Amino acid sequence: MSTTDTRRGGRTLGAGQAIWLVAEREIGSKLRSKAFVISTAILFIGALAIVIWGGFQAANNTGTPVAVTADAQQYVAQAQGLDVTDVADRAAAEALVKDGEVDAAVVGDTSSPLGFAVIAESSAPTQLLLQLAQVPPVELLAPEEGNAALGYIAAIGFGIVFLLAASLFGGTIAQSVVEEKQTRVVELLISAIPVRSLLAGKVIGNTVLAMGQILILAAIAIIGLTVTDQTALLQGLGAPIAWFAIFFLFGFILLASLFAAAASMVSRQEDIGSTTMPLTMLVMAPYFLVIFFNDNPLVLAIMSYVPFSAPVGMPMRIFLGQAQWWEPLLSIAILIATCVAAILVAARIYENSLLRMGGRVKLSEALAG
Amino acid sequence: MLQLRGIGKSYGGRRVLDDVSFDVRPGRLTGFVGGNGAGKTTTMRIVLGVLAGDAGTVTLDGAEVTASDRRRFGYMPEERGLYPKMKVHEHITYLARLHGFSKTDASTRAQALLERLGLGERLNDNVETLSLGNQQRAQIAAALVHDPQVLILDEPFSGLDPLAVDVVAGVLQERAAAGAAVLFSSHQLDVVERLCDDLVIIAGGTIRAAGARDTLRAQHSTRRFELVSAGDAGWLRTEPGVEVLDFDGGYAVFDADSDETAQRVLRRAVAQGDVASFAPQHPSLAQIFKEVIQ
Repeated sequence: MSTTDTRRGGRTLGAGQAIWLVAEREIGSKLRSKAFVISTAILFIGALAIVIWGGFQAANNTGTPVAVTADAQQYVAQAQGLDVTDVADRAAAEALVKDGEVDAAVVGDTSSPLGFAVIAESSAPTQLLLQLAQVPPVELLAPEEGNAALGYIAAIGFGIVFLLAASLFGGTIAQSVVEEKQTRVVELLISAIPVRSLLAGKVIGNTVLAMGQILILAAIAIIGLTVTDQTALLQGLGAPIAWFAIFFLFGFILLASLFAAAASMVSRQEDIGSTTMPLTMLVMAPYFLVIFFNDNPLVLAIMSYVPFSAPVGMPMRIFLGQAQWWEPLLSIAILIATCVAAILVAARIYENSLLRMGGRVKLSEALAG
Repeated sequence: MLQLRGIGKSYGGRRVLDDVSFDVRPGRLTGFVGGNGAGKTTTMRIVLGVLAGDAGTVTLDGAEVTASDRRRFGYMPEERGLYPKMKVHEHITYLARLHGFSKTDASTRAQALLERLGLGERLNDNVETLSLGNQQRAQIAAALVHDPQVLILDEPFSGLDPLAVDVVAGVLQERAAAGAAVLFSSHQLDVVERLCDDLVIIAGGTIRAAGARDTLRAQHSTRRFELVSAGDAGWLRTEPGVEVLDFDGGYAVFDADSDETAQRVLRRAVAQGDVASFAPQHPSLAQIFKEVIQ
């Protein structure tokens, strides 16, 4: 055999090397799977289409109709995309807003720290607020809750991306764990490397793939918005998207370890659902909660601290300007702590279940060993 | 030397292994035979640490086998499995890398071994596209690629055609000659008989016989002889201390009560006419097996 190597039986790999080898195989086999490549391409094309469509909408738009009094002209001079109607005074501006002639009015206001205020019917036009260099007080003539339209879109965006990525890769990792168990290749793997290295490698490999998708999606959104000249929207979404990526990373690791542990308790692909169902619920919950309650600050506040919904809840609150600067930091600390605890529990379940073939392993047995 | 001492295992009150003890010596092939459900696979899994025994010890050169020792074992599980969608060469290379070989080393080893096992043409085919016999060869490669010092193979010959059996047997003999301790189980008693140096027979979870093949044969030999002579051997029937089992003209198979009786028969046969053959009949492994498992 090979003359370059006289070692018998190889040598024990360092944990890092073993983990990376497993992760590398996970990534490689996924990238060569046609189903994965096609679904990812569709996702990217879809995102690109939305951004471009948004660009056309913005370009076609003659601008948000706004009434501006003489003493407020200076504040809208820099703003783009506005269809400005000059009015004499505040009363005239309010009248136009009430008639629906304009979406909002910008008026001089000595009681405002910025020297001007925005008046709107029921909600301030986001397009207008994003265009202003500083956000002035908004006076609503017929107030309704929240900043509905764009908030709703952002809620759906964060919610759906998290739901899609977490369930796609959660399902992937679950399938790959069961595949190894079903084909018994796992016996060969764990005769070569420790069980925990195998688990870590699988989680990391899939996390790299999921994060890759998220980062490319973010890049498409940012570059697309820039190219199509929707920079105003970008300014509002930049920080929430960045936080979303950070929260997503840990939220995904948390879910991926739990999916791997749940899958290790069964021996056949057909049975995966029986143990991963509760996790699938956990993945779907933030999506529905954020869609139904994106205008409810209390529900959002709770969501933004519960580890499983924080990746959606916290960026949402940052977007809506409801979060103090320290809140995302506290929430991410809670998420990371939960993540560590989940990894320990998951590793235990995984270790105890991996070689038990046949029926479903009971959770109590998997935890007890 | 790999030594098992007093291994016991129960599943829910049913005892599947009881005081299992035997040795697997380096440089030799040890055949592990037993009926279905006798405990072969369970024993092998305990040696590999894939399963924990309830009692007993597994030692390698006198020291209890540790997890890092086991990483240098080669294992072919009872239930065959490789990633179906991975290419054969890539798969074996991956396993070699998990055992600590560098990328290029692992690749070279995998290729050489697969070619030796007759899979040289299929290196870049997905595992799932191989025939069962070829998947089996790939599985053997998976167990051997890191040049293990201890090899535990569960039914390595099942599903192989006679030519493939010879190839695999040759590879295992090479490994043993290079100093590896090889334990393999099989239902094909003729293959075990031809191949193994040592033999372990298990039935109902207990070891019924263990030791060198030739010693076991001698122990179970019954002073049975076969005589082929020119004359009529009918006189044998009246010879004291002789029991004739088969008889046809000059051909006879008989049991003698002592070596002296056998020698006396031979001398008389020579006196009666030409003797073409006179030989002790060793029991086949199949016979020994049936005898010890009862």
